[in-house]
Amino acid sequence: MSRRPQIYKATPPREPDLTLDVAATLQILEGFLKNEVERTGLHRVVVGLSGGIDSALAAYLAVRALGPSGVVGVLMPYRSSAPSSVRDAEAVVGALGIVAERFEISELVDVFAAKAGKIGPRRLGNVMARVRMLVLYDRSVEHDALVLGTSNKTELLLGYGTIHGDLASALNPLGDLYKTQVRELARALSVPKSILDKAPSADLWPEQTDEADLGVTYDEVDRILALLVDARVIPGTIVAKGFRRETVLRVQKLITRSQFKRRMPLIAKVSTRSIGWDFRYPRDWKT
Amino acid sequence: MQTVRVALAQIAPKLGDLESNLELHKEAIRLARREKAGIVVFPELSLTGYVLRDQVPEIALTRKSPLFKKLLAASEALDLIVGFVEESPGHRFQNATAYLSKGRVVHVHRKVYLPTYGMFDEGRDFAAGDLIRAFKTPAGPAGMLICEDAWHPVSAWILVQDGAEMLFTLSSGPTRGAKPGRGITSLPIWHDLLRTTAQFQTSFVVYVNRVGYEDGLNFGGGSIAIDPFGRTLATLPGLASGVVVAELDGEVLRRARAAYPLLRDENLELVHREVSRIRQVRFQLEETAAGGKTR
Repeated sequence: MSRRPQIYKATPPREPDLTLDVAATLQILEGFLKNEVERTGLHRVVVGLSGGIDSALAAYLAVRALGPSGVVGVLMPYRSSAPSSVRDAEAVVGALGIVAERFEISELVDVFAAKAGKIGPRRLGNVMARVRMLVLYDRSVEHDALVLGTSNKTELLLGYGTIHGDLASALNPLGDLYKTQVRELARALSVPKSILDKAPSADLWPEQTDEADLGVTYDEVDRILALLVDARVIPGTIVAKGFRRETVLRVQKLITRSQFKRRMPLIAKVSTRSIGWDFRYPRDWKT
Repeated sequence: MQTVRVALAQIAPKLGDLESNLELHKEAIRLARREKAGIVVFPELSLTGYVLRDQVPEIALTRKSPLFKKLLAASEALDLIVGFVEESPGHRFQNATAYLSKGRVVHVHRKVYLPTYGMFDEGRDFAAGDLIRAFKTPAGPAGMLICEDAWHPVSAWILVQDGAEMLFTLSSGPTRGAKPGRGITSLPIWHDLLRTTAQFQTSFVVYVNRVGYEDGLNFGGGSIAIDPFGRTLATLPGLASGVVVAELDGEVLRRARAAYPLLRDENLELVHREVSRIRQVRFQLEETAAGGKTR
């Protein structure tokens, strides 16, 4: 009894937990894709392959769920797209043995840009994203397929995407996975190394990187989001854990400011039963 | 209770498609009969699917509905525990489960605790049940709970005080991800809760959770039968459909209740007294001369 008793302090607010049971998560995602595609009566998805890790993972998951014949990859380079992007997208097509199509968007985008007058890189980037959406939805009709979404949870929460552009899809297997987790799953599925290793980029203009755009690394922002969103920890406590206050507050602001991108448009209520308020059916209604 | 074989039917109901789901039930019933099961247990809302929302009044059944009569007919062969939306008198739509035997409705339990938080919105769509009662089955006294009901320890406690020896819990439990070393996180949490319930109540616990996908949710499965000592009798893996049969042995229940006479030592009078006192304070009731309470 001479030893001093051990003291166990109160458990601090949860540490950011971005770990995954890879096998079980893959099983859920594959089941999701297979079930949600087939219940619509279709058997196929189209996915835009940018050469990046998100669309690569989405394609790998879709092939596991639907087989190679169930996935059509669409490469939609713009004139300024990095040649390595196309190479990496082709590597995905080759590794998976899927049908791939190439649809150059340069002419369409340029015609639009010329008509629209002076548009800066941000608007041009949005136009590219929306032209790609246009192509994917058109190809999906041709192939009797659904458009697969490739936005991850980090992008969705921060609003780092173009509404009605890359944010548009029928099904999104990645929307509840942070970028860090996308990387882990992509590694587990042996996505080509050049894709795993390169800096994430929207590739809307040369030398663009996500982390420069966002002003924070994915590693840091994912840990902040995991605390803020998943563990419901208040900003002050996150700062006390060693994260920069301005980053935490900026992340919080980005989340609230981009809420409109995550919801359907607002409808003015003037009837007894309005879509979204008192007309509420599951999306999987009658399927 | 007598020894009885119970089939756990871990199915993936089709959302809002009662006819398809009736076929799923019949298929599981065939498998259960072949293994000489006396009871087959289906998940919560097994006839309708879970994310119903405004479909609730559209797919609700009364005991006179043709589809309900088909189920009753199926219960001639073996007892059924099924989940459905019941339209109660007064047009209250309830998340319900029925025990059907020999073409008769033996008991209906209506979910008392409707989760309305986080991803759940049942309080919007359903009327809450207000009874928790044990009932007699051919194999012995039993009780039924629906999912969230089991998270309120008084539910199982009341059923067992009311005589139940077998506790059936039906569930449509969505998963919330999978972590290293734990797998799908919701399954061990459920299993711990159910095992503790079996031990606290020295009763058999049979849990049937659905699988499948609705609106991006996925349901975990992991159905399990546990004996009154807390030992697993049978279990089904997560995420996949399947049927497993567990034999609930009346002699094991007797031994457990002899070894751990928790129910013998329960003090209903004490519970009643203390709950009455707490209730009086909580709801600011005053004692009347006659001993009754008024507001």
